[in-house]
Amino acid sequence: MSLQTDLARVRGLGSAKEGTGHWWAQRLTAVALVPLGIWFVFAAVSLAGANLGEFRAWLTVPYNLILMVLLVGVLFHHMQLGMQVVFEDYIHNERSKTVVLILNKFVAVILGVSCIIALLRVAFGG
Amino acid sequence: MAEFSLPANSKVVEGKTFPAPAGATRVKKFKVYRYDPDKNENPRMDTYEIDLDACGPMVLDALIKIKNEIDSTLTFRRSCREGVCGSCAMNVGGTNTLACINAISDFRGDIAVYPLPHMMVVKDLVPDLTNAYAQYASIQPWLQADTPAAPGKERLQSPEEREELDGLWECVLCFSCSTGCPSYWWNSDRYLGPATLLQAYRWIADSRDEYTGERLDALEDPFRLYRCHTIMNCTNTCPKNLNPGKAIAKIKQKMVERR
Ligand code: SF4
Ligand code: FES
Repeated sequence: MSLQTDLARVRGLGSAKEGTGHWWAQRLTAVALVPLGIWFVFAAVSLAGANLGEFRAWLTVPYNLILMVLLVGVLFHHMQLGMQVVFEDYIHNERSKTVVLILNKFVAVILGVSCIIALLRVAFGG
Repeated sequence: MAEFSLPANSKVVEGKTFPAPAGATRVKKFKVYRYDPDKNENPRMDTYEIDLDACGPMVLDALIKIKNEIDSTLTFRRSCREGVCGSCAMNVGGTNTLACINAISDFRGDIAVYPLPHMMVVKDLVPDLTNAYAQYASIQPWLQADTPAAPGKERLQSPEEREELDGLWECVLCFSCSTGCPSYWWNSDRYLGPATLLQAYRWIADSRDEYTGERLDALEDPFRLYRCHTIMNCTNTCPKNLNPGKAIAKIKQKMVERR
């Protein structure tokens, strides 16, 4: 039971004075994903049926590699931002929310870095 | 987790039916949500058959007729009966609206009447608005300025500055928008909701107010403001045809502008 006033409860811990950075980053990554996504679809179609050698040749073209790395970075960043909002929306237990939010960041970084390393290995590796 | 189904004691059951008087030719069925906190019973839907030839034109007229002539236990809020007080907000025919400015003839078939969604119900069609009102108070909805007004004079505004408040001052604080917003359903403990955010913007947009920065500071929060996911139920449902979604977008725009 709490005898706090309604106003005290609503004011709570005050405003976090952040959120704009997250919101803006989500918008920017979304905008960036439009051309990157379209480019990727065309690239994937043109590579259909290619063997490893052909794919490696394609990936060593500098702008292909740059765009691939950008796509992966932006995609996982965007995914992580979006998933964070979903978890905040629906998980109301503070402790599980904190754990899930931390895992969310870790998973995004691990997946993103793994993808980029894989791309670099295919492009330059033996 | 957010809960997606009603607890057992909130499940709505079939209620009583009050038939139309013999000889009535134009009969409309109103299915009304009933909940009595003094009885240990689940909420129920009562059906009232109304003779439209002996009833005023608006949904609120039908509710008043029910209360006056058929079932005096029916409980709801109303005052102005012309859409300016915001008291009679409820869910009519599946949409949050003001019962007093909706014509019965605009609804086809039976008319279902529920209290505003996802709020604690005090009784029948009366939701508990304590939290919503406290959130409204928290944005300090009054003019704040350090510069004293010239003695005996009003604080002046150019016609263009005054125009900035159009579409905002008309809000009657009925909370149809907030209670129609899924984000407010899940997080009303921290998200301020469209009604309160539209009011917050009403003071941010007021050229006479000198506390714009402080107002934005108080809103800059992942929950208070940024739980808005542009779902736009608010704008779709507003019975005064206002656009709370746009007001929230303008707050977000100002947040980016000042970075
Ligand atoms: S914006 Fe519209 S729906 Fe929301 S509280 Fe104001 S009048 Fe009611
Ligand atoms: S009774 Fe005042 S808005 Fe409906």
